[in-house]
Amino acid sequence: MTGSAPLLEVDKLVKEYRGGRRLADRLTGRPETVVRAVTGVSLSIARGEIVGLIGESGCGKSTLGRSILRLHEPTSGRVTFDGTDVTALAAPAMKAMRRRMQIIFQDPYASLNPRRTVGEIVGLPLRLHGLARSPAEVRDLVAAMIEKVGLKSAHLDRYPHQFSGGQRQRIGIARALVSHPEFIVCDEPVSALDVSIQAQIIQLLTDLKSEMGLTYLFISHDISVIGYLSDRVAVMYLGELVEFGPVEDVLARPRHPYTQSLMSAVPEVDRPGHRHRVRLEGDLPSPLAPPPGCRFHTRCPFATDICRREAPRTETVGPGHTAACHRLSENLSLLDEEQA
Amino acid sequence: MTDALLEVNGLRTVFDTRAGTVCAVDGVDATVRRGECLGVVGESGSGKSVTFASVMGLVRPPGRIEAGRILFEGRDLRALSPRQMRAIRGRDIAMTMQDALTALNPALTVGEQMAEMMEAHDESLPASRGARRRAIAERSAEMLGLVGIPSAGERLRQYPHEFSGGMRQRIMIAIALASRPKLLIADEPTTALDVTIQAQVLELITDIRAELGMSVVLITHDLGVVAEHCDRVMVMYAGQVVETGPTADVIGAPRHPYTKGLLASIPRLALRGQRIRPIEGQVPELIDLPPQCRFYSRCPERGPECLRPVEMHDAGEGREARCVRVVPEMVS
Ligand SMILES: Nc1ncnc2c1ncn2[C@@H]1O[C@H](COP(=O)(O)OP(=O)(O)OP(=O)(O)O)[C@@H](O)[C@H]1O
Ligand SMILES: Nc1ncnc2c1ncn2[C@@H]1O[C@H](COP(=O)(O)OP(=O)(O)OP(=O)(O)O)[C@@H](O)[C@H]1O
Ligand code: SF4
Ligand SMILES: [Mg+2]
Ligand SMILES: [Mg+2]
Repeated sequence: MTGSAPLLEVDKLVKEYRGGRRLADRLTGRPETVVRAVTGVSLSIARGEIVGLIGESGCGKSTLGRSILRLHEPTSGRVTFDGTDVTALAAPAMKAMRRRMQIIFQDPYASLNPRRTVGEIVGLPLRLHGLARSPAEVRDLVAAMIEKVGLKSAHLDRYPHQFSGGQRQRIGIARALVSHPEFIVCDEPVSALDVSIQAQIIQLLTDLKSEMGLTYLFISHDISVIGYLSDRVAVMYLGELVEFGPVEDVLARPRHPYTQSLMSAVPEVDRPGHRHRVRLEGDLPSPLAPPPGCRFHTRCPFATDICRREAPRTETVGPGHTAACHRLSENLSLLDEEQA
Repeated sequence: MTDALLEVNGLRTVFDTRAGTVCAVDGVDATVRRGECLGVVGESGSGKSVTFASVMGLVRPPGRIEAGRILFEGRDLRALSPRQMRAIRGRDIAMTMQDALTALNPALTVGEQMAEMMEAHDESLPASRGARRRAIAERSAEMLGLVGIPSAGERLRQYPHEFSGGMRQRIMIAIALASRPKLLIADEPTTALDVTIQAQVLELITDIRAELGMSVVLITHDLGVVAEHCDRVMVMYAGQVVETGPTADVIGAPRHPYTKGLLASIPRLALRGQRIRPIEGQVPELIDLPPQCRFYSRCPERGPECLRPVEMHDAGEGREARCVRVVPEMVS
């Protein structure tokens, strides 16, 4: 974006989950299962930017978001935030860093402690980071924040179950923002909500972003939401980024066959049936045993021998636009003329 | 005879709760014609699932149907015995549940569940046991393959927990389609699916619909899905139908303020940089609703004349909307 250093830099981040082995597995010598959820993702986010992250269920979006904040410890790779290597920080320094990096969770029902009042939930980050001098100040700051997200200070003494899904998501947003962070991972913050409530929350998040100068990594499987609010978009497939770039380029002129198939499949309200649907055939691969070569080759209509053998390198295909596919130079497209 | 396959009139389904009687479905009329696909959209909790669970005779206490008529091919389903109703369920009407996790039997393999469905309902199967078993296995594998489950033959021997959430949803659809019903009610069939798989499942439903002349009720929150797959749409709000009509007309020029708000709320790539206009406020509680338009508190067009019960108004061209502002559109 600008010439200045990015606010967040992720370098070859890897996250593997090791499954515990059951006794029977150990007796039969079956190897431990390893889920390769994120396998070497690099990306950077400029201050004030919204980077959208899309990809199918299970491709590793939440894992990436949580590993960036070290809510899940990355297996390898580096995360740099405002010049500091976050991955190298010891626990106390990491705790201080958390004030500046927050997350809003997908599930507004499960992510709030049911036994705490709204005031306690939203006030916790303030107490944790010592950001208020007195209980009265905590209360004032919390009340101000709760009103900023569109609730009333009269709500502070109520419990989460007394609120609707949209209101709970507002509480989650207030909790994430009360410590005045700079960067927020929004992990599908609207997916569990009604369309009409989704719109309220999206508008709130965009308003708060400009008001508080925030930077977002916005995770969603809804391409319309990503297209509406992101500056740049990253497309993830089975633990890897397959395409990354300015939203206009990636969504309007996608270069990776997976992005192309995604775009062809989005149902649109305004122009129903104008697209030629790409039907992906072939097996959905598993992160337990990712296919060799290009991970998309089992479903890719353009796959050739080299795709089955070798992993493609990430190449630049336009200004700030990258993709990882062996056949980029051939300019193949799954989309027909009208959509290009 | 009309061409209506299913006709629901004045359906009222309530739940008795400690806080009072929740009127989940309050005077719903709905028609599904032969061969058509009806889209059902609306706010969460507006009664979409309960309406069609009522049709299926699947409302359990504390819920009960308080009033209304449900005609399927002219037969009154509410007058049928539980046994007769079971025969209709599955053979004539199949419903895939919103919650695929709980709808499948965890103790039976997927193949066993498909076989059970076909044994019970499919009269076209061969009579001899061996041929019958082979036909069922073949058809089951074919159905699983059609809903995009790889290595279908082997996976028939697996149990529901061995599949991902999206796969279980597709299995539900395969089971529902296996008996070739006249009416398929699909409750949020694609919510948990990746768009590429979603498109595949919806195309499958559309193909089978064309092939078998099946009617489909598609309950969804995705107006894009409705725009692409449904002939007509029914919009629900707080237990009532607030708008019905041909899909293209309703989406192109919504008449009810809730439908207008819903369409204005969808973020779209084309709207980058512009503000979306969310509907403010929330759905009212369904207990002791005041006798007025249920959208009143959130409606930008409200006025004193809305403070009484509002009927469906003719909005012209096979359209209706529950709003006092609606008059039949003049022919332009
Ligand atoms: N705590 C965990 N232990 C083991 N495996 C996990 C864990 N969390 C996630 N996984 C696995 O890692 C992979 C990536 O999961 P992740 O939750 O990051 O996906 P996602 O892209 O966020 O999907 P969704 O869109 O469904 O939220 C999946 O195969 C998942 O099963
Ligand atoms: N077992 C029950 N007990 C009490 N109330 C119930 C019960 N089941 C449903 N309801 C109520 O009935 C109303 C309609 O629910 P329904 O499940 O039909 O909504 P829906 O339109 O399908 O919503 P969604 O989009 O969230 O699936 C809701 O207000 C709900 O709270
Ligand atoms: S009847 Fe009145 S309040 Fe209800 S939708 Fe129409 S204008 Fe709005
Ligand atoms: Mg996730
Ligand atoms: Mg429902």
